Amino acid sequence: MEPILKINNLQTHFFTKAGILKAVDGVSFEIGAGEIVGLVGESGSGKSITGFSVMGLVDPPGKIIDGSINFKGKNLSALSNDQMQNFRGNRIAMIFQDPMMTLNPVLRIETQMIEAIQAHDSGISREDARIRSRDTLGLVGISSPDERLRAYPHQFSGGMRQRVSIAIAMLNRPDLIIADEPTTALDVTIQGQVISEMQKLCRETQTALLWITHDLAVIAGIADRVCVMYAGRIVEQGLVANIIANPMHPYTQGLMGSVPSQNQRGKPLQQINGMVPSMLNLPAGCAFQNRCNYANEKCSKMQPDITQLADSRQVRCFNVPAGQQL
Amino acid sequence: MKPILKVQNLSKDFIKSLDLVAKGLNRIGQNYKEEVVHAVDDVNFSIFKGEIVGVVGESGCGKSTLGRMVAGILSPSTGSVEFDSSQANNKETPSALRTQMIFQDPFSSLNPRKRVIDIVTEAPIYHKLITPSEKRAFATEMLQRVGLDPDTLERYPHQFSGGQRQRVGIARALAVSPEFLVCDESIAALDVSIQAQIINLFVDLKDSFDLTYLFISHDIGVIEHISDRVIVMYLGRIVETAPIEAFVKKPNHPYTQALLAGVPRLEVGKRQYEPISGEIPSPLSPPPGCHFHPRCKFAAARCKAEKPALREIAPAHFSSCHLNEEA
Ligand SMILES: Nc1ncnc2c1ncn2[C@@H]1O[C@H](COP(=O)(O)OP(=O)(O)OP(=O)(O)O)[C@@H](O)[C@H]1O
Ligand SMILES: Nc1ncnc2c1ncn2[C@@H]1O[C@H](COP(=O)(O)OP(=O)(O)O)[C@@H](O)[C@H]1O
Ligand code: SF4
Ligand code: SF4
Ligand SMILES: [Mg+2]
Ligand SMILES: [Mg+2]
Repeated sequence: MEPILKINNLQTHFFTKAGILKAVDGVSFEIGAGEIVGLVGESGSGKSITGFSVMGLVDPPGKIIDGSINFKGKNLSALSNDQMQNFRGNRIAMIFQDPMMTLNPVLRIETQMIEAIQAHDSGISREDARIRSRDTLGLVGISSPDERLRAYPHQFSGGMRQRVSIAIAMLNRPDLIIADEPTTALDVTIQGQVISEMQKLCRETQTALLWITHDLAVIAGIADRVCVMYAGRIVEQGLVANIIANPMHPYTQGLMGSVPSQNQRGKPLQQINGMVPSMLNLPAGCAFQNRCNYANEKCSKMQPDITQLADSRQVRCFNVPAGQQL
Repeated sequence: MKPILKVQNLSKDFIKSLDLVAKGLNRIGQNYKEEVVHAVDDVNFSIFKGEIVGVVGESGCGKSTLGRMVAGILSPSTGSVEFDSSQANNKETPSALRTQMIFQDPFSSLNPRKRVIDIVTEAPIYHKLITPSEKRAFATEMLQRVGLDPDTLERYPHQFSGGQRQRVGIARALAVSPEFLVCDESIAALDVSIQAQIINLFVDLKDSFDLTYLFISHDIGVIEHISDRVIVMYLGRIVETAPIEAFVKKPNHPYTQALLAGVPRLEVGKRQYEPISGEIPSPLSPPPGCHFHPRCKFAAARCKAEKPALREIAPAHFSSCHLNEEA
């Protein structure tokens, strides 16, 4: 079956005064209908810019300079701004870490939701749009939605606001939702509620979901496949279950090893030494080399290519599949 | 053995005073009242020397307010925080400095115009714990002990990464030889791959500096890894305190159970989330009786009327739930 989203060799660079910053450097992945794909990595690794690129939201000095973004067979990067506007909030929706990126503080929830519907469906009546808004609020677990529709964003808690922004993303029954750290600012109890609503949504409406996070444990709980990003590149991708059971890229191994539950209580945590190199000043060769226990001379000279493995996994490292025995 | 820290009937109320609009409206006959938040509500616990005690709970439940009172930078409304000075590491350290607090954002707590060498040595020189001539040697040693290259002594805070700044903040706190550290979300702002480094540092320092910790974190995985004991707070109250094994394996309070069930876990893998329902109630008007009753699946009539007492249900394991009395 044709995937909903197919990104191939995406290059999104920022042309800053200090030099060219390759925020996204050759990223490729796909998402099928009803599938949940996790995009995980630490801050600055290029996760959000990948999402913004799909949404057509990269502003100067940033620019998509190469690659293709296919959405249901259409190349989005070839669309004009107006055409892209038509997809945004309609066929493709985004949920941000801060729900106030979506919500307007001075408008009632109702006004914002009705506008979001009418922007893409001029034929629908205000009343019908209101009913759909109310029902969608109910879907994301907001009680007494009729009353809540009349409220302003500041009358909600952070968790409720995030649910409203999820409801807005769902309003036009998009084929793809990009959720950028949607639960990072929430308490675990509320995070559980939000995750459970999103799982239900993908199951019931076959929406494709890209879930961006720095928390591998969240991905383990909801995603079918995962892409691990480091310094603008996907270093490992494949089925979540396979990667959790047997991570192959040294960075994925390090990330998993440093999760407290993977360590014995009272023993020091395994840690990745050093820190992420500046994206403006990446070394020649593999970007992970200064922190990698397996780096050799080759790693400092050449960028590792993708190695395709039998379990439909891709790894960017010279030491794979020998990496299994690393 | 005597505890090093004893917290008794500790409470903090914040008064949310009226804004100008409400004041104006009152003048024309409306009746807006000042509201009171019981940020910390009659809390009791003790900590023994060398323990790491974790504090967990949802946003707004009073963790930071409790931490700041323990650190002595916020005065309680009622109740007391007592340190046993006979267990001090360094008798020269003034008692106000014996507890140091490490914050989430090290940047805002470091003076941007001072060099690291001065940031680290200012307090110990002022309090005559070291002499000015010892400054460089002392700062060099402190930086090494927190894992920073002494070559960075002359740098300013903005010239460091987040993880390194947190190390500078830790060095500054340790420079006055405290015996107690209050860590408030001290790793939350750090990159995942850096968090493990700082957690390891805290544990190493505990042994080498003979420290005791109150460790506040919303990350239950981290709390499980490093704590000896855990305090669970809900809307200003302690609902459970348990030794770590009991917290992990036999949590008693329905809130603790719900909290733990919501924690994403790598080893569990794909699963259906079944979260507890409902929002955290407003601390301005907490539900009567057991604060947790609107979200509790075991709630009975009594829970709405009567506040459950914190009872010892097993050695060193306390929980405040009416279910324990019926059993
Ligand atoms: N200076 C203040 N004035 C008024 N209310 C306050 C003040 N400081 C805290 N509060 C209130 O006291 C309660 C407890 O706040 P506290 O900061 O201790 O929570 P917390 O558990 O640390 O939350 P978080 O996890 O979000 O850091 C909250 O309802 C908060 O709004
Ligand atoms: N407007 C911008 N100008 C210059 N660089 C930017 C801009 N936005 C993002 N970047 C850089 O692009 C890289 C990737 O950023 P981002 O995708 O936001 O990371 P993540 O979401 O993984 O934390 C980072 O190095 C960041 O500093
Ligand atoms: S390519 Fe070399 S440096 Fe990069 S992750 Fe693999 S072994 Fe390490
Ligand atoms: S006292 Fe009642 S409402 Fe509170 S936790 Fe126990 S059973 Fe639930
Ligand atoms: Mg981001
Ligand atoms: Mg706090």
